[in-house]
Amino acid sequence: MSSSIAETFATMAYGPAPEGSGPALDWIRAHDGRFGHWIAGAWRPSVDGRTFGTANPATGVQLAEVAQGGPADVDAAVATAHAALPAWSGLSDHARARHLYALAREIQKHARLLAVLESLDNGKPLRESRDLDIPLAARHFYHHAGWAQLRGAEFPGHEPLGVVGQIIPWNFPLLMLAWKVAPALAAGNTVVLKPAEFTPLSALCFAEISRQAGLPPGVFNLLTGDGETGKLLVEHSGVAKIAFTGSTEVGRQIRVATAGSGKKLTLELGGKSPFIVFPDADLDSVVEGVVDAIWFNQGQVCCAGSRLLVQEGIAEPLLAKLRARMETLRVGSPLDKAVDMGAIIAPVQLERIRALVAQGAAEGARLWQPTWAVPSEGCFYPPSLFTDVAPASTIAQVEIFGPVLVAMTFRTPAEAVALANNTPYGLAASVWSESLSLALDVAPKLKAGVVWVNCSNLFDAAAGFGGYRESGFGREGGREGMFAYLRWPGDVAGSTGDTDPDRVAVSAVNPVVPSNPVVPSNPMVPTDAVSPSPADAVILRPGGPSPAFAADPDALPPIDRTSKLYIGGRQQRSDSGYSRPVLGADGVLLGQVAEGNRKDIRNAVEAAHAASGWGAASGHARAQVLYYIAENLASRAEEFAARLEAMTGQDREAGQREVEASIARLFSYAAWADKHDGAVHQVPIRGVTLAMNEPIGVMGVAAPEQSPLLGLVSLAAPAMAMGNTVVALPSEAYPLAATDFYSVLEASDLPGGVLNVVTGPKAALAKVLAEHLDVDAFWWFGDRAGVRTIEAASAGNLKRTWCAAGDRDWLDAAQGEGRAFLRQATQVKNIWIPYGD
Amino acid sequence: MTLDPFRNPGIPLDLERVAAIRVNRSAVERRAASLLGRRSVKQAWQAAWLLRAITCIDLTTLGGDDTPGNVRRLCAKARRPVRADLLEALGAAHLGIRVGAVCVYHAYVAEAADALAGSGIPVAAVSTGFPAGLSPMAERIREIQASVVAGAAEIDVVITRAHVLTGHWQALYDEVRAFREACGAAHLKVILATGELGTLGNVAKASWVAMMAGADFIKTSTGKEAVNATLPVGLVMARQIRAYQEETGFAVGFKPAGGIRKAKQCLDWLILMKEELGDGWLHSERFRFGASGLLSDIERQLEHAATGYYSADQRHPMV
Repeated sequence: MSSSIAETFATMAYGPAPEGSGPALDWIRAHDGRFGHWIAGAWRPSVDGRTFGTANPATGVQLAEVAQGGPADVDAAVATAHAALPAWSGLSDHARARHLYALAREIQKHARLLAVLESLDNGKPLRESRDLDIPLAARHFYHHAGWAQLRGAEFPGHEPLGVVGQIIPWNFPLLMLAWKVAPALAAGNTVVLKPAEFTPLSALCFAEISRQAGLPPGVFNLLTGDGETGKLLVEHSGVAKIAFTGSTEVGRQIRVATAGSGKKLTLELGGKSPFIVFPDADLDSVVEGVVDAIWFNQGQVCCAGSRLLVQEGIAEPLLAKLRARMETLRVGSPLDKAVDMGAIIAPVQLERIRALVAQGAAEGARLWQPTWAVPSEGCFYPPSLFTDVAPASTIAQVEIFGPVLVAMTFRTPAEAVALANNTPYGLAASVWSESLSLALDVAPKLKAGVVWVNCSNLFDAAAGFGGYRESGFGREGGREGMFAYLRWPGDVAGSTGDTDPDRVAVSAVNPVVPSNPVVPSNPMVPTDAVSPSPADAVILRPGGPSPAFAADPDALPPIDRTSKLYIGGRQQRSDSGYSRPVLGADGVLLGQVAEGNRKDIRNAVEAAHAASGWGAASGHARAQVLYYIAENLASRAEEFAARLEAMTGQDREAGQREVEASIARLFSYAAWADKHDGAVHQVPIRGVTLAMNEPIGVMGVAAPEQSPLLGLVSLAAPAMAMGNTVVALPSEAYPLAATDFYSVLEASDLPGGVLNVVTGPKAALAKVLAEHLDVDAFWWFGDRAGVRTIEAASAGNLKRTWCAAGDRDWLDAAQGEGRAFLRQATQVKNIWIPYGD
Repeated sequence: MTLDPFRNPGIPLDLERVAAIRVNRSAVERRAASLLGRRSVKQAWQAAWLLRAITCIDLTTLGGDDTPGNVRRLCAKARRPVRADLLEALGAAHLGIRVGAVCVYHAYVAEAADALAGSGIPVAAVSTGFPAGLSPMAERIREIQASVVAGAAEIDVVITRAHVLTGHWQALYDEVRAFREACGAAHLKVILATGELGTLGNVAKASWVAMMAGADFIKTSTGKEAVNATLPVGLVMARQIRAYQEETGFAVGFKPAGGIRKAKQCLDWLILMKEELGDGWLHSERFRFGASGLLSDIERQLEHAATGYYSADQRHPMV
């Protein structure tokens, strides 16, 4: 010791500062190093006896043997959760709040044990597990103890979903557990959770903690296992909702697997998040922001700022600072309290990082790594910086999930935004500038669920977290996160990814839509059986229907009205060149509508994109247009009522009621256009976190068959009010209300492309829209078969879907309009803005 | 002129450079807070670091009740800051541990210089109408000159805060330039009184102007402001020192002062220096603590390192 003091006095080197692992290893030993599943408040081995090992990635040494969940285990866990559901969901809000509060306290009491377990199992530095993961996990339970207490007051009429299946990743094992479990329990659901196979230990410890906290058995169940176990859980019929955090690839599989099942779904997936640096940023702080962005948790962070976009004029000085900073980073034992980075999760991930880095270099990007070496034993990888990277480089597009930063330059703020958004992902973004005018101009333009201004990787339970685009949908944290675990019986309200095919009509004021034998394309046929071409549609046939005036040889024929498609603000003939007959209730030919096909859908989507300026218009301006549409509809109310009467066979009064309701609905959404306010979340920083309700983008809506005018208006109006542009598929049986309606739109100053109407075979056209990779959301109000098709088809770009099968009384405002529609028409962006000078 | 590596000749005032400074307070605070979680110095390493910290202390007495007696006691402590048996036990007896300097008012410069004769420990004088710095300029200059004549090897001057608060960078530059000329061979340590500058941006700009004007050290505080040395302020000043060196080649020293009383705090500051500026700022030529009470806490920690027992004040010779 003596000589080393004198030596260190000279060198001023850092020494080892290890955290002891004794208590954590003792805890594992107390379980004989073997763990079962946690079901009904007790440990249970797998029914088939299978197990697997979990290892310390820093040493490769196995830590414990855990159970591999099979079908019988999943059945048992789900059944247990069902059994516990009535009592748990029947508890008072206050009682549930006490339970969540107890969980928060218990996590704090065992904070160090959990932190050490986390670092042992995952390889993350103890500093992070101790200072971030565990405190944030406790914070989530505290925050959601509050939501449990306030559920009845803040979410009136809402109910829990039931048994929730949750699948979490290995990068933040306990924190992701908290993000999933806390809101689920606060809302009154019971849970079956599967932690990642690499990192089950902290979840297993939490299970034991939950018993100590007095959580009733069966409310929280834990299944360990690999992807096979997860798949069983996803496909289990007893699960009302799946919440998944993980890769976009697996998220897509889950979307397909749950399609049409009625399960709610939230997905928090991958990212390739931009980190944008403007010339007026505090560059020294930027460097630390980059450290937080990409060298946090070894870069194994879904929202890692992995693409550095720097203004060309300051690129060299910034990169020089960055390289100097990289030299002082320290990589080593995760339990050493003086390291910045620990171990990569597993050899397979290390290999993936190495392969992608090699590919990046092979494609011509310039790799820079610090001069020091990482430990040769264990899974370690040095912080790495790629420059001379083009957007076309593989490493600029692919999520590496490792400590690898790619740097690119931009010239103007507009180009920075373009580069930032040049990715299918949309999880997070970081913007650095000392000009708030600039930063707050850029933040809303970024396609990302979270934007950090002059900071990076800040999280809090009070702010929603979740992605845009293929980074998934749904939010975790904050009020927006609670909606992901609640159902409002008066509607199918909730988060995106909703389905409720079992919903029954509340009160059918409208008579059931008569099946129209002459309409050629049966909307009830599963959509994947229908090709969007007129080939199987009988467009014109001998002995077909004729118009009413033809019966009277003396009558002057009316001037023909040709119903076309309405695309980009213009009436357009269909690409197919075919028309289909529209028959009245009495079987006479009322008119013909254009037979839209996939190319018309393509054109309509392009027109909708071209109209994206609508989203930037003020709420007031959008309201003015909606009011004007209502005004012009009112002036033609009788005509529309007569048309409804002729098409549906309902009486004139019913048609008048529908028109009046449509006018009122337009007024409602005109009213809401500037009132669906965001929030300022109470996060523990000096600053504000703005939760902005942003339009989703281009939305497809398939209007219901019944209420052909009101149904269309009830979907298109909220979408437009929130700033989306819309491709609408009207009622297939009664399309003339929609084609008449576009002439109202033309008279109402609606910018071209904001609402496009494509008539034709609805289910087939819907599938084209749902598959379209540049459509951001799709609403299906149709039959059950369509739900499965639409949800499966949406997996391509993970567009948000809202599918509601079954009838609904559109005249009833409680079912036909409201905040639920607005929430489905928006996505929440949380913008963190710390301040202070 | 041979360049003294521990002196900064200064450069012409560059107002564009000053105007380009950007400091984000929240980000600075986050770095300052997380830094201490990222590094930890324990056991033998901690003892070594604490010994190094002692060598960087400007052992200070700036009381209105100072007398020749207590100044001499301070100087004696400066020569032998740690009990010999502890140094022996730590294997540090041969390291010649002594403080970085003794810091007094002008009135006791001669007394201190005499008491420290032969020790190699420099005397630093606080000067220029310390702590407000608002006495007539000519008097401030004369004060510097008098302290140098009396034996001060280092002069700690205070700036006119008004120049910073009103953005009169030229006036600040001229003031510090004049101080430097008055110092002659003595090293110039410029106190920014950061607790009175309002913003971290002002701290950064004042740091730059002081360095351009030839400060050999920039120092946070007089110890008399309501807010003294804080890590965010230290981080900002360290970053300016680094940038100034990168852009001019001159390495300027740093001295946090005021409120540093605990061994843990001084480890924090050393970590900050090592991380932001490198090992070159871990010795007394480029780093000092302005402190009076810090030493006694370090002594207690060293006894703990040597014996394994927690120590007590009375076991260590007082100042």
